[in-house]
Amino acid sequence: MPSLKELIKKQDLLSGGHRACAGCGATIIVRQVLLAAQYPVVVGASTGCLEVVTTIFPYTAWKVPFIHSAFENVAATIAGVETGYRALKEKGKIKEEIRFIAFGGDGGTYDIGLQALSGAIERGHRMLYICYNNQAYMNTGIQRSSATPYCAHTTTSPAGKVIPGKPQFRKDLTEIVIAHDIPYAAQASLAYWNDLTKKVQKALEVDGPSFINVLSVCPLGWGVPSDMTVEIARLAVETCFWPLYEYENGKYIINRKPREKKPIEEFLKKQNRFRHIFRHPDRDKIIARIQKEIDRRWERLLKRAG
Amino acid sequence: MKEGWRKLPLGAIIPEAGSAEKFHTGDWRSERPIYHPDKCIQCLICFIYCPDSAIKVEDGKVVGIDYDFCKGCGICAKECPPKAGAITMEREMK
Amino acid sequence: MIVARTGNEAMAEAMRQVNPDVVAAYPITPATEIVQIFSSFVHDGLVDTKFVAVESEHSAMSACIGAAAAGARVMTGTASQGLALMHEMLFIAAALRLPIVLCVVNRSLSAPINIHCDHSDTLASRDSGWIQIYTENSQEAYDSVIQAVKISERALLPVMVTIDGFIISHGMERIDILDDREVREYLGEPPKRPNLLDIDKPITMGPLDLQDYFFEHKRSEIEGMNTSLPHIEAVAREYKERFGRYYPVIDTYRIDDAEVAVMAMGSAAGTAKVVVDRMREKGKKVGLIRMRVVRPFPKNYLKELIQGFAAVGIMDRSDTLSTLGGHLYVETRAVLYRASHQPPIKNYIYGLGGRDISLEEIEEIFEEVLEIGKSGKVTEPVVYKGVRE
Repeated sequence: MPSLKELIKKQDLLSGGHRACAGCGATIIVRQVLLAAQYPVVVGASTGCLEVVTTIFPYTAWKVPFIHSAFENVAATIAGVETGYRALKEKGKIKEEIRFIAFGGDGGTYDIGLQALSGAIERGHRMLYICYNNQAYMNTGIQRSSATPYCAHTTTSPAGKVIPGKPQFRKDLTEIVIAHDIPYAAQASLAYWNDLTKKVQKALEVDGPSFINVLSVCPLGWGVPSDMTVEIARLAVETCFWPLYEYENGKYIINRKPREKKPIEEFLKKQNRFRHIFRHPDRDKIIARIQKEIDRRWERLLKRAG
Repeated sequence: MKEGWRKLPLGAIIPEAGSAEKFHTGDWRSERPIYHPDKCIQCLICFIYCPDSAIKVEDGKVVGIDYDFCKGCGICAKECPPKAGAITMEREMK
Repeated sequence: MIVARTGNEAMAEAMRQVNPDVVAAYPITPATEIVQIFSSFVHDGLVDTKFVAVESEHSAMSACIGAAAAGARVMTGTASQGLALMHEMLFIAAALRLPIVLCVVNRSLSAPINIHCDHSDTLASRDSGWIQIYTENSQEAYDSVIQAVKISERALLPVMVTIDGFIISHGMERIDILDDREVREYLGEPPKRPNLLDIDKPITMGPLDLQDYFFEHKRSEIEGMNTSLPHIEAVAREYKERFGRYYPVIDTYRIDDAEVAVMAMGSAAGTAKVVVDRMREKGKKVGLIRMRVVRPFPKNYLKELIQGFAAVGIMDRSDTLSTLGGHLYVETRAVLYRASHQPPIKNYIYGLGGRDISLEEIEEIFEEVLEIGKSGKVTEPVVYKGVRE
């Protein structure tokens, strides 16, 4: 596991001067990932906040080679780069050991990019796919995705007079990825930098595809003050809303079992996207339903981890 | 002066890595973090959580805030261990 | 070496000889064979290519873009719906100025679903910034695929080479193929471009461009297309010098003393040549113009060429669904605007969804154009040849 003393001596590969909102979780994740990388990397990104804020011409915040082509295809694009690399390396035209990292938001990963991701994993490209998952389409102005949690207010799942936010529970993408029999998959959080950086280093050693689903926090979309990004991300883990775990060589490992699982209410009440629940006549029922689903998924994970 | 089309690299490539450093986001701030070196325990937590690569580092140590880039989100002050309190926020004077 | 090959086999053979670094492709009728044959080349160790059997055409083009951005020599193939699914990525490949060669087998676009030839698929992509070369037969397809590699690397634009679905793709023809060594020596190593694998010089590709730069980048891309014709012509000349076969930007047949001409693209031009011979035997002065390079549109050549005729019939295997007629017709009309002599032109839309066009029907077109040449009058400018009323 890399220590902060080691990481701080490395060059930051994402420069300042990018246009992310104050307190953006995505750029924290990218910094941690690039600091952890023990090889030179080429990065691809899907269309979305991250790509937009880091590459407004003529400025780029990337100090590594970077490509963006479209929204739904970062997995296919980086798979192409990686294939080009293998071809040229075999012919002796490239000498360096290079690794390939794709960044997609939850919209670009859970929804529109799911097919390209599935294809790239099945074909076994040596790439690390990182979903910076802020649980909605933030770049277009906070619309619901299949990663958006139950009852969350977004502009396409608004807290209305009849329907209180998103009617469906989140899709479990990490499990879908694991169903590919992927060599390495994990969930991580920007709040647990040591866990995330360790996972990145592990993933980059895998001779094949790897996937890390990192919960990001969008202060604007979640309705939290910009200084709360890390704290909210931590609460997500402590409430088991976002368990930290790995799937490696067919085995589940839970990286953090909260000694005392905090009630989900503590996570919900700090965010404006859930504010309407607390004013709802069925407030207790709704919160109980959310808690029940969190518990069910947590129990299932515990069982899988044996 | 922005370049005309004949002078731009083909394919909209940006050949200069990290050129965003020429774009200063410091004037976005409404609040400003103040770094107190005497209180800093060099836990480096502010460095790893800064979204804007705005923690100044020298020889592996935190030495201050880069106000060219800091947007004043306040994460560094919030995450700085309470017992240290080496970063505090104050209103930005424009 | 003379061999018997279908159009698909000829294109796959050219790909084998090019031996690209990466092929990312997905099967689709009638282009499936290209992908299939190439896969067997890979699995039999006949090429060094890394083959990416992607899960969609969208990913095929995306992976081609990634590989080309890495500096690799990249090819793929598709048709119809596959090209339509790639549509978004076609523009991106061109705007990123990536040399990619795409073998397209022309097939109608749905709906209704159909697997046979017309040119609606590639013509719907005509504004994507790709160079487009429409070939008449397997020999030309084979040669054009090899040429396309050179053209794309010089013009820094992607190139699509097309053949007519089933008519050419599945029709066996006698073709003359080059030695592997000749092709590889001719193509040589691809010229160095800024690429993603140059770790010491990290570049950013595909940035966000707003009001202050998008226009300049687009203007630069437009210039790339505007100045690409000399590259295409230079490659055609070099190819002729090396290998003896020559394909002009606009192919013509017996036009020198022709009073009227018919324009067409693809395999129908071959059929029309037979009709020209028949009519010449009867003493009728007719000729054929075959548009080979359609993007960039060779406006100056075409303008010069057709001004001298008393009338021109324009055969389109597509319609723009705009009330204006077929693609070739609309663009030819634009070229003729303010020309010193404007021959009357008439549009014959034919063969949609693979409907056969017979020698007799083409002869009827020629006869009608001869009439127009005499009268100078076009009563109905756009007609649909071979459709049941």
